[in-house]
Amino acid sequence: MLTAVLLFLPLAAALLLLFTKGAAARALALGASLLEFGLAVYAAFAFKATGTGSFDLSYAWIPSAGINFHLGLDGLSLLLVLLTTFLVPLILLAAFKHNYDSPSTFYALVLFMQTGLIGVFVSLDAFLFYFFWEVALIPIYFLAGAWGGERRVAVTLKFFLYTVVGSLFMLAGFVYLYLQTGPGVGSLAQHSSELSAFYALTLSASEQSWLFWLIFAAFAVKMPIFPFHTWQPDTYTEAPAPATMLLSGIMLKMGIYGTMRWLLPVVPLGVSQWGFLVIILAVIGIIYGAIIAIRQQDLKRLIAYSSLSHVGLMAAGVFSLTQIGLQGAVVQMLAHGVNVVGMFFVADAIERRTGTRHIPDLGGLTRRTPILTVCFLVMLLSTVALPLTGGFVGEFLLLAGLYQYNAWVGAVAGLTIIFSAVYLLRMFQRVMLGPDSAFSETITDLTGGELLILVPLIVLVFWLGLFPGTFLHLSEPAVTNLLSLVGR
Amino acid sequence: MTSIILLSVFGIINLFLGFLRSNKVLLPGAMLLLLIVFGVNLADWGQGTQSFYNSMLVVDNYTVAFTGIVVLTTLVLLPFSRSYVVAGEPNLAEYYSLLLFSLVGAVMMIGYNHLIMLFVGIEILSVSMYVLAGSSKRDARSNEAALKYFLMGAFATGILLFGVALVYGATGTFVLSELSTAVAAPANASLQPMLYIGILMMIIGIGFKVSAAPFHFWTPDVYEGTPTFFTAFMSTVVKTAGFAAFLKLLAVALPGAQGFWLPTIQAMCALTLLLGNVGAAVQTSTKRMLAYSSVSHAGYLLIGLVASRGNLTGEAASGIFFYSLAYSVATIAAFGVLKLVADHRQRDDYAGLNGLGKTNPLLAFSMTVAMLSLAGIPLTGGFFGKFFLLAAAVGQGYIGLVVFALVMSMVGLYYYLRPLIAMYLRPAEEGATPVPVDGIQTVTLALLALLSIALGIVPGFLSGIL
Repeated sequence: MLTAVLLFLPLAAALLLLFTKGAAARALALGASLLEFGLAVYAAFAFKATGTGSFDLSYAWIPSAGINFHLGLDGLSLLLVLLTTFLVPLILLAAFKHNYDSPSTFYALVLFMQTGLIGVFVSLDAFLFYFFWEVALIPIYFLAGAWGGERRVAVTLKFFLYTVVGSLFMLAGFVYLYLQTGPGVGSLAQHSSELSAFYALTLSASEQSWLFWLIFAAFAVKMPIFPFHTWQPDTYTEAPAPATMLLSGIMLKMGIYGTMRWLLPVVPLGVSQWGFLVIILAVIGIIYGAIIAIRQQDLKRLIAYSSLSHVGLMAAGVFSLTQIGLQGAVVQMLAHGVNVVGMFFVADAIERRTGTRHIPDLGGLTRRTPILTVCFLVMLLSTVALPLTGGFVGEFLLLAGLYQYNAWVGAVAGLTIIFSAVYLLRMFQRVMLGPDSAFSETITDLTGGELLILVPLIVLVFWLGLFPGTFLHLSEPAVTNLLSLVGR
Repeated sequence: MTSIILLSVFGIINLFLGFLRSNKVLLPGAMLLLLIVFGVNLADWGQGTQSFYNSMLVVDNYTVAFTGIVVLTTLVLLPFSRSYVVAGEPNLAEYYSLLLFSLVGAVMMIGYNHLIMLFVGIEILSVSMYVLAGSSKRDARSNEAALKYFLMGAFATGILLFGVALVYGATGTFVLSELSTAVAAPANASLQPMLYIGILMMIIGIGFKVSAAPFHFWTPDVYEGTPTFFTAFMSTVVKTAGFAAFLKLLAVALPGAQGFWLPTIQAMCALTLLLGNVGAAVQTSTKRMLAYSSVSHAGYLLIGLVASRGNLTGEAASGIFFYSLAYSVATIAAFGVLKLVADHRQRDDYAGLNGLGKTNPLLAFSMTVAMLSLAGIPLTGGFFGKFFLLAAAVGQGYIGLVVFALVMSMVGLYYYLRPLIAMYLRPAEEGATPVPVDGIQTVTLALLALLSIALGIVPGFLSGIL
């Protein structure tokens, strides 16, 4: 029941928001998202106490086709639900800093998106999963399209087509799997689209080989993995800041989560056949994203390419199929979500003050903005994976997992830490330090309201860095279970 | 059966109500009559098979289900008739009556059990539509549309009738069940060629009515010229009734000739999907795009015919029912919004929708739901419509056709997004005023959007009912 409340609370709030205006709308949006976070924390404690999910909920959704409305939470889903519910209030607060047209609709779309995201993380039925996967796309399309920058029309169209086409491949794969369940040819009601039914299938290696690519197409586009990434930098740059945070902070994790839950255990032979290729692509993405990031002059674009580089490492860690690599991916999903939202928020704060994101126009901002500088530096160093921060724990585990898989791949992927230090510190130097610019004297420091967003993020950065066990503990049984399914 | 009688009587009553010349009476009156028909029709659900006129017409669950769709579609279409009144159109009552009469034809096409009934039904429906296509008398394009539709339609029904005659010549019967035995076990092998030519001609005749390629060529021009209000009727009621008739013909009368018609329908299906989607992608007018989109949806429904493999019940038939319903609901909403906007802004291209999200949020929302449903995006009925049809087809082993349909629906995404881009991402023209929408239209559009979403969230209550 709790799972259903978690799922539908944001939707209900979103519908209510359409009939509210001004301050009431803000209060409602923020209140609902905080309540949602509270519920997620409660769920985490309940989960910790009982060990397993007492959160299962299953209704016959389309009985004539054997499709169930089946929700459930395990350690893995729970962490992503926590991340989502933690970030959405902060993203809403960040949205309050802007004077958007029709703000109520904007907040409603953010909350609608939250329902889609949580739905993806808690679905245990393939069609339900696909359903929420697409539902999450609709609000972000409008957020990025209607409130975005100048090139929004072309950019969001590309984004939409890319992701929908990717997901249609996944749907085709799911339909094939679905028709393999049950006693063969007969009425659809005899088939099942339950995750457990997919896990129980025995498929030949050649079937798994092409099914792997059908299903992975959707995840590869969403993450995105090189060479399916071309929509990403444009979309991140053109979307309004809160939408970019949603995209990079949470939506990207849908791809990683989907891979872990819906790809690895379903087509293990396909994974063992193609896993190495995916790791190579991911490592190419790491290096490629990093090299391009070095050359960027646009603050948001630089962070976008940095995100591309980091997600490559997560994907590679997942496909290493080691306990440590998967656990690293889990921590890094959380850390990256926190880092990238913080980075985009700082970039947005600078842009709101100076009116530009063009790095050469900025410089010497630090003198008047000590607090901003410190916050920026903390987020940045966590992204670089400095010890004590969440980024370090995640990337260290990921690299350790990759090293176990193949030492050479691990070594090349390890370059990410050096590269990100190069492009991020260089950016920091050009924006915050460096010669004075037109804004050095006039820029104002962070306000209390902005600190309200950054402080929770910073707390989490250190929490993840110092006590990652809190989270690793939750996901460990789920990851172990996953690996046993892959290894069968 | 009661629904046919009621529709005929109500059509005549409406004709006499014409002296009132006030849409304030005519519109609620016509809607009330349709509501009664809808209720009466539903009362026949689950009553088993009832035969009328020496079994020329049957009323069973199949008839009730599809009659329900066409009556409901007409009911929700009526509120968009407003501008005919504003323009001082004196013959409003006649149009309502013609719609009711053409519904009689549609119901006969759905419930026929005798090939002559099929022909009569198609004629009743078509003759009304020829008149309605030309109802904007002073508009040259409307006249052109009527003439084109009439000439092409007359040819098509002629071919259909010729086909019926040949089939009769080969088998000696018009009754579907007797045809089925005669086709499965032919008494005289030398008449086989005549039978197959007859079947092919019937497929051509019906293919024309449902605008399946290669007999779709009239669709864009006729749809564009016809007043939008009646275009909406054509692309929903005519198509739904046409497919119900098509499925019945193939499933009840011709399962024995499956080896002949299955490849034919498959080829038509692939061609329809290709021409419909590619044609829609290159349009600049929303109305023409919707015309081509209706061709492409005929293609998806043809997949259902292929997957049915001569079964009037089961997944494929239920899928065709669900798809027709989801398609009709979305199409009426799309044409309804388009009509309101086009009447106000005097243009029906994509740019005519610019900035609608700002000026008329409700219209834009309705259009959005309709487009997403037509594109088959989850959360809308269109997704499950496609899902049921494609799953049924995959279950029968038509993987190639389904893959092709999926690729084509990716093309579909492109053109269904264009109205959304215009409405939300492009600013309205300077000084654009909100499109006037009256209360009943608002309610109808909201209901249609809700229905689309309901079909997309809880499809269980209508899936698999046949």
